[in-house]
Amino acid sequence: MLDALKGPVKSVQDFCVLSGGALRNVFRKPHYADDILLQMETIGVGSVPIVMITGFFSGAVMAMQMGRGLQDYGQTGRTGQFVSIILVRELGPVLTAVMVAGQNSSGIASEIGSMEVTEQIDAMRALGTDPVQKLVTPRMIATAIMLPCLTILDDFIGMIGGGIMAKVLFAVPGRQYWSTVWRALAWSDVGQGLTKPFMYSFAVSLIGCYYGLRTTGGTQGVGRATTQAVVTASVLIFIMDFFIGRIFLWISQLGQ
Amino acid sequence: MAEKIQPTGVADTSDAASLLRFENVRVTFDGDDEKPALNGVSFNVRRGETRILLGAAGSGKTVLLKTAMGLECATGGRVFLFDEDVTHKSERELFDIRAKVGMLFQESALFDSMTVAQNVAYPLLNQKAVSMPRDKMEPAVRSSLRFVELEGQMGKYPSELSGGMRRRVAIARAVVTNPPLLLYDSPTAGLDPITAHTIMALIVKERDKDNTTALVVTHRYQDGNLVANFRYNPNSGHLDPVGPDGTKTIFMVMKEGKLVFEGSQTELEANRDPYVMKFVKQPQSEAA
Repeated sequence: MLDALKGPVKSVQDFCVLSGGALRNVFRKPHYADDILLQMETIGVGSVPIVMITGFFSGAVMAMQMGRGLQDYGQTGRTGQFVSIILVRELGPVLTAVMVAGQNSSGIASEIGSMEVTEQIDAMRALGTDPVQKLVTPRMIATAIMLPCLTILDDFIGMIGGGIMAKVLFAVPGRQYWSTVWRALAWSDVGQGLTKPFMYSFAVSLIGCYYGLRTTGGTQGVGRATTQAVVTASVLIFIMDFFIGRIFLWISQLGQ
Repeated sequence: MAEKIQPTGVADTSDAASLLRFENVRVTFDGDDEKPALNGVSFNVRRGETRILLGAAGSGKTVLLKTAMGLECATGGRVFLFDEDVTHKSERELFDIRAKVGMLFQESALFDSMTVAQNVAYPLLNQKAVSMPRDKMEPAVRSSLRFVELEGQMGKYPSELSGGMRRRVAIARAVVTNPPLLLYDSPTAGLDPITAHTIMALIVKERDKDNTTALVVTHRYQDGNLVANFRYNPNSGHLDPVGPDGTKTIFMVMKEGKLVFEGSQTELEANRDPYVMKFVKQPQSEAA
């Protein structure tokens, strides 16, 4: 029983050591600004199309389903309110993070994994560079900056998608839709909607780096690391979503 | 088990400074004490020596090199680099010591997102102990690539080069900072005989041009034979044969994590251990 637990406990310990090292490097020289910008482009700009597509359709589907339910009560005019709250608080951050994890946790794991199996990581260490400082910290910083930005984009595009569906299916006037969207949001929703992607960004980047750095077994190992990174990052995002949501609920209850 | 003997018949280097010393080093992975990758390995590489490390695949040759660089941690014994105990040093503490060592990795380990010139410039830019002014970097890179006869390939990416060319670029990267100690991990693995000879000739040239100390891991006896019996002639640009044991070359043989032989080429060829004998072939004229 204890032997069976050794492996997972060791993995968690290794992940914590890697995360601690990556966070500590934020305050230690040298800083690789070029790498941060390059990763911001890869992770951020590279994910814009998928984030826009998923954002638009998730908003549209939500308006479609919500509108149908609200129609029974003659409240289709409040579609924007539901779309807005659900998108900003929950669906926007989670969907964006899962999509970015699918694209970038896998990308990070395969890139670093390939470097690991071809001894490029060892070469880096032999040539005076800390791989955590050079590879992990820039990816972590870039994801922490870009994921909240992508979430804002996803939320906005989702609202547009919801607005179009509300107009086409339920004849909700645009002005009314956007008015309810705007009025439904409180500062705490915006806070929650931005805190979540910031926290998820660490799961997306660090899980990718962790699986990449522990890759063994050649190209087959790279494939395995890639899959594990996406699955673990996605599961972790949902688990974090529950706990962060619970903390915000607790804070809002304290304020009442 | 093969007899472990002290080197004799090689140039006396006992007074020379020790550059790399292993003292009863043991390395295990994932706590597997039953099958250590290195088991009680001890040897001492002195300045000016060239060590040829022979052994079958999986005998621990690469682990030995990585342990020497502090890329793998010894679980027992002690490792000294330039008389400094590096066994338990942190990664950051090791950077300055590693700057004195050049390493050629088995599959070259060139950074595939960088050009040839960027790869060779990497240690100059990243090793704090080197501290070379930016304006002197380009000539240094150019000179290092000229040494391996690849000056014209500076702008190419590693994926555009042949296996032999990649190995030569990796040698250029290893020697660009003029380190006093060089570690070569299977420099001829997977190469055709002609390219393998070119690579080994470069290693001999580097040794004789800069008087560097080297540890060469290989499974090909002819690589060691070339290093032990030929010298680079700067006038002709070719390798000239020297007398028996005319170079400070010591052979070592590894078997299942243990060092089972250490001695001169003459002693290696006289050894009757079946495992050691498998690596020994009669030397033939190698120099072109």
